Amino acid sequence: MAKMEVLDVSLDSFPKLLARNATKFGNRPAYREKEYGIWQTWTWAEVRAEVEALALGFLGLGMEKGDHVAIAGRNRPHFYWSMLAAQYVGAVPVPVYQDAVAEEMAYVLDHCSAKFAIVEDQEQVDKILEIEEQVPGLKHVIYVDRRGLRKYDHTTLHAFATIQETGRAKHDEYQPELDSRVAAAAPDDTCVMLYTSGTTGRPKGVVMSNYNMLMTAKNSCEFDNLNETDTVLAYLPMAWVGDFIFSVAQAMWTGFCVACPESPETMQHDLREIGPTYFFAPPRFFEGLLTSVMIRMEDAGDFKRKMFHKYMDHAKKVGPELLDGKLVSGSDRLQYLIGKALVYGPLLNTLGMSKVRVGYTAGEAIGPEIFEFYRSLGINLKQLYGQTEACVYITQQPDGEVRADTVGVPSPGVEVQIADSGEVFYRSPGVFQEYYKNPESTADTKDAEGWVATGDAGFFDTDTGHLRIIDRAKDVGKMAGGAMFAPKFVENKLKFYPDILECVVFGNGRDNCTAFINIDLTAVGNWAERNNIAYASYQELAGHPKVLDSIQSHVEAVNKSVAMDEMLSGCQIHRFLILHKELDADDGELTRTRKVRRVVIEDKFKVLIDGLYDGSDNVFIETEVTYEDGRKGSISATLELRDAAVVPVNVRMAAE
Amino acid sequence: MNTMETYTTPDGRTIGGPVMEMKNITLRFGGVVAIKDISFDIREGEIRAIIGPNGAGKSSMLNVMNGFYHPQEGEVFFHGKKRGPLRPYQIAEQGVARTFQNIALFKGMSTLDNIMCGRLTHSKTRFLSHLLWKGKAEAEESANREKVEKIIDFLEIQTIRKTPVGRLPYGLQKRVELGRALAAEPSLLLLDEPMAGMNVEEKEDMSRFILDVNDEFGTTIALIEHDMGVVMDIADRVVVMDYGKKIGDGTPAEVLANQDVIDAYLGVAHD
Repeated sequence: MAKMEVLDVSLDSFPKLLARNATKFGNRPAYREKEYGIWQTWTWAEVRAEVEALALGFLGLGMEKGDHVAIAGRNRPHFYWSMLAAQYVGAVPVPVYQDAVAEEMAYVLDHCSAKFAIVEDQEQVDKILEIEEQVPGLKHVIYVDRRGLRKYDHTTLHAFATIQETGRAKHDEYQPELDSRVAAAAPDDTCVMLYTSGTTGRPKGVVMSNYNMLMTAKNSCEFDNLNETDTVLAYLPMAWVGDFIFSVAQAMWTGFCVACPESPETMQHDLREIGPTYFFAPPRFFEGLLTSVMIRMEDAGDFKRKMFHKYMDHAKKVGPELLDGKLVSGSDRLQYLIGKALVYGPLLNTLGMSKVRVGYTAGEAIGPEIFEFYRSLGINLKQLYGQTEACVYITQQPDGEVRADTVGVPSPGVEVQIADSGEVFYRSPGVFQEYYKNPESTADTKDAEGWVATGDAGFFDTDTGHLRIIDRAKDVGKMAGGAMFAPKFVENKLKFYPDILECVVFGNGRDNCTAFINIDLTAVGNWAERNNIAYASYQELAGHPKVLDSIQSHVEAVNKSVAMDEMLSGCQIHRFLILHKELDADDGELTRTRKVRRVVIEDKFKVLIDGLYDGSDNVFIETEVTYEDGRKGSISATLELRDAAVVPVNVRMAAE
Repeated sequence: MNTMETYTTPDGRTIGGPVMEMKNITLRFGGVVAIKDISFDIREGEIRAIIGPNGAGKSSMLNVMNGFYHPQEGEVFFHGKKRGPLRPYQIAEQGVARTFQNIALFKGMSTLDNIMCGRLTHSKTRFLSHLLWKGKAEAEESANREKVEKIIDFLEIQTIRKTPVGRLPYGLQKRVELGRALAAEPSLLLLDEPMAGMNVEEKEDMSRFILDVNDEFGTTIALIEHDMGVVMDIADRVVVMDYGKKIGDGTPAEVLANQDVIDAYLGVAHD
């Protein structure tokens, strides 16, 4: 291992950080949640009291050091406190995706032998009771929202508030034990275990130590000068490493405020009310937002629309340069200021991004136009590249060096190497300890010197020194003709069109490439309304000839752009179809973080792939779908398969 | 069963004495007899359903219960006292709230404002003090808003708090209407076909809310419903009507076994 930087002993575990925050920032807001229509606020001192009461209650339930505590709920202060309280008693919080179907949850709970589960409401309690027999180790279930649960058997089921009350009542009895547990916490102790959804196979439990999380929090907060006056909106799944980093680790490290939305559906509205200064969102969020802005501008009056476009054009010209602090002429600056008063300012306010000081996007490539749009408005949006196994950060873009097509330079404390195969490796203080109960996978991923394989193929841009990611290393293949095949490269280009939500490109080992496409119901639905096209369902809209025409034009445009790339010109799409259903995590087609699972899709829609390669014009398919409550049904459709024009590659070569 | 003072439901709730008793009710519109000599009671804490085919007189019965119609014959006892002819607002003040079959919300007003209307019977301050926004008016408004927000949270309609109800889909409008009825904190809640026109998912949601209201607030609920499946799942006792007459009364199981009911309403049983 490389020489390790040592953490200050007074700040080497989360309970110690909470104690510091309660003293240093006692009256500053720590957590906010919108409940009953208003923002309820807890200061750091109050949070400490809440967490300690809960921790004492946990001791009363017999929670031991090293016990696993599963946490399933949407972003609410109660769940963040639960994680902290578990750390107080030396237990390991395991946040799980609350929208996971029962079977997935059973697997995770059983795999980590969870003894405790803290869940949100009746829906989650029912799910846990349903899988109880598959999780024999589960001793106690704690719920936050008591609605509908009054009649349940409460021998092993407890209300969150009751546990806290018991804790407060037994304060004198348990406090010495709690103090000794907190004092015993070491930097190498497990801080949290996070299950990665993984695009293949079963989820793996990534074990993180206190050192991993705290060191990462320290480095990343220093990189962006985060401090106790910042505010973040916690709305991404708690089971995802990013939420732990942003809403727990960094918040605890710097003492900034974490705001929880009222419900997932009101997130956009709550974002506007809170106006966070530090904001993370996946590219799909920014895409969706831009689509809705554009749709609303189409509906606006003539004057407003013209004004919007005039100033947005200007912003595109000088906005990014202004943000990077480059030299811009006085008249351009003046015009930008007018634009700011008339368009950008009000727009940012509506989007809830007026105050964003540091914004990040990651997880997928973001369309250059989308990225530039937000940057030109003056939002300091940057890209980072990360993984659960690294506590998020591998590379990130420093202020003033932001580009749409790279993911930045190695984060502080991170070393990055590119293997001969093109795969990206890294080593950092944030590197995970192990995959829980899975030494083979641990050995496959992390070597003895602490280098971790990302599974992504990439290279350092020679001009800028920034990392560029091409695709998942295992997805990069060869076509029958020997040309390089990188599906993500083409998919990303397609997904930059607002009416394409998702797509999957095939072609490994074949003569040419083909694609499945998912339309974006919001964008295409709006277009249909505008053009008086009636439709009754997603399926009907997806099969409409005019929709196919417009998608075909996108595919052909993408082919032209792909043909320009020397390495990947073979990846042009020869045939495509529009899927009759949206790819969905409940059906196993996407991961919970919405990444495409190729193997599952290839297997499930084999008929369609065969159809794309045998030249047929229509294919009938029947697909099983899983509803949100776990019931299954099926939908069938006859899909139209289309040819798309491709640019002959040798012609381009001849022209060169 | 009707003679028992209290009884316990299969899921362990204790049902108290009668909240409302209907005794030999007959209601006529000119020559048409809508309800003919019907008696039954609604007990504290129970979910009581009234079912029957179209034109059986269910809605008329509900209108008698909430005092909108005055029966020509028979008596209505509410909390043990005989109830004379009353104005609708007087009935509301007594603690009876209802929803309507064909949604009667203020379409142009937001969800929040609609539900706030339900707090009217709990507003003691007068017009002038509201106008001046002095003294108790402000405190009362805050207290009412808090109650309403709890209902919004309970019914999970935070997203549509500020949306004009006219823009909402049918299922959500039904939920808002339930919210407005709940805002009155009724001792008896009357629901007129709460699931009419809903899809399966909306019906499941609404059933859950009805059960939760009963469980959480202990509200006594009387509902009219077409959907037999729903009624049998959520009601403690069921009254069956046909052509203005009562042809069955009892637990869902008893009613389903009643030959008159099978013949008149459910049709002849198949194997």
